Amino acid sequence: MHELAICQSLLDQARQIVDAHDANGIERIIVQIGPLSGVEAPLLAQAFSIARSAAGFPNAELEIETSPIQVRCQQCGTTSAARVNALLCGSCQSWKVDLISGDEMILKSLILTEQPASLSGPLTRAG
Amino acid sequence: MCETCGCTITPGNAHLVADQGRLSHTKDGTKSIEVLSSLLHENNHMAAHNREHFNRHNVLALNLMSSPGSGKTALLESTIKALKSRYRIGVIEGDLETENDAMRIRAHGVPAVQITTGQACHLDAHMVHDALHELDLDSLDIVFIENVGNLVCPASFDLGHHANITLLSVTEGDDKPAKYPVMFRGSDLVLLTKSDLLEFLDDFDTQKAETHVRNLANSAPVLTLSARREDTLGPWFNWLGEMVEARQNAQNLTPTIQPDGIALHRVGSS
Ligand SMILES: Nc1nc2c(ncn2[C@@H]2O[C@H](COP(=O)(O)OP(=O)(O)O)[C@@H](O)[C@H]2O)c(=O)[nH]1
Ligand SMILES: [Mg+2]
Ligand SMILES: [Zn+2]
Ligand SMILES: [Zn+2]
Repeated sequence: MHELAICQSLLDQARQIVDAHDANGIERIIVQIGPLSGVEAPLLAQAFSIARSAAGFPNAELEIETSPIQVRCQQCGTTSAARVNALLCGSCQSWKVDLISGDEMILKSLILTEQPASLSGPLTRAG
Repeated sequence: MCETCGCTITPGNAHLVADQGRLSHTKDGTKSIEVLSSLLHENNHMAAHNREHFNRHNVLALNLMSSPGSGKTALLESTIKALKSRYRIGVIEGDLETENDAMRIRAHGVPAVQITTGQACHLDAHMVHDALHELDLDSLDIVFIENVGNLVCPASFDLGHHANITLLSVTEGDDKPAKYPVMFRGSDLVLLTKSDLLEFLDDFDTQKAETHVRNLANSAPVLTLSARREDTLGPWFNWLGEMVEARQNAQNLTPTIQPDGIALHRVGSS
């Protein structure tokens, strides 16, 4: 299950961003996954729920947006929806099409929680 | 980022990917950061670095993928036997547990580095980076990377190679491309292997297999061959020769399909 490796990579990237912004933690991670990405959304969600605590983000939620498969025909120019194993023009049935959506595996955005004021001052060191 | 050789790289999508993300707005207690990078950002960075190594040493790197037992190692052995005097070949072998495949390759007098992945069901760019520093790239023309036998996981990881080759043996069924569309859509060459067995099988139709590949909007060549019959290997050797040339003529040769999707590679066309 390569989703675990992908999830680990996602959490590493999230860690770098949290540190760069001097944030406290992560409220939400928003990713976009297409059906042709090779990533199974349920397996990624499962991997995330297992791995988030060890990565230091026990409260982070993962939001997975899925994108539709869409192809544009090189022959007739039509844009149409398609299925994973039938990437064909909906109008002329040609297989000479370009995929224009459906293979994404993208970290879109993060919602970070900021350092609470009570923890960010010099008082932290005393406590 | 490379501890071994210290060279620097510019990944193709660096302009789209701000390492620290862009702050889009702030509301009480939270910040929203727009990132837009591949989930495998780190792997892709390493892969671009590997590709730069191969290019700098004038080496063509090919990623071989298939189910376990489709004949990857056997094809490499036959290919090495036939082409050893024409090309200087090296092999990186990925396997879950054993050194067996690397030993089979070394028996033909060419260098082979074994990567045992343990639990990992795929090779990644970091594993390949470690392995390629064990090869003397200056003394090689082609490096074959035999991936872990698996039609799912390897498809998601760029290794820094120049082209994807997927093997499908005729004992597996001609509808495999429809069942594993991600892998077969990303193949730059499909090899229907063990063709010597076709005469004993009544249900593998090479034409149907090719149609399933076309239905993935893939125009890659689909060749039928047997590692046991050298007379079937000509078109495969011709493809290899063309790829060696293509790499020499193009400094930025990559597999046609990038695993993290078009959105990150669609430059300047929004
Ligand atoms: N009949 C026949 N058997 C083959 C051919 N290529 C490989 N095999 C056999 O298939 C089995 C698996 O081959 P191997 O190269 O180890 O597959 P890999 O796991 O993809 O590397 C071995 O028993 C090979 O002898 C072929 O072209 N024809
Ligand atoms: Mg093998
Ligand atoms: Zn059309
Ligand atoms: Zn290096």
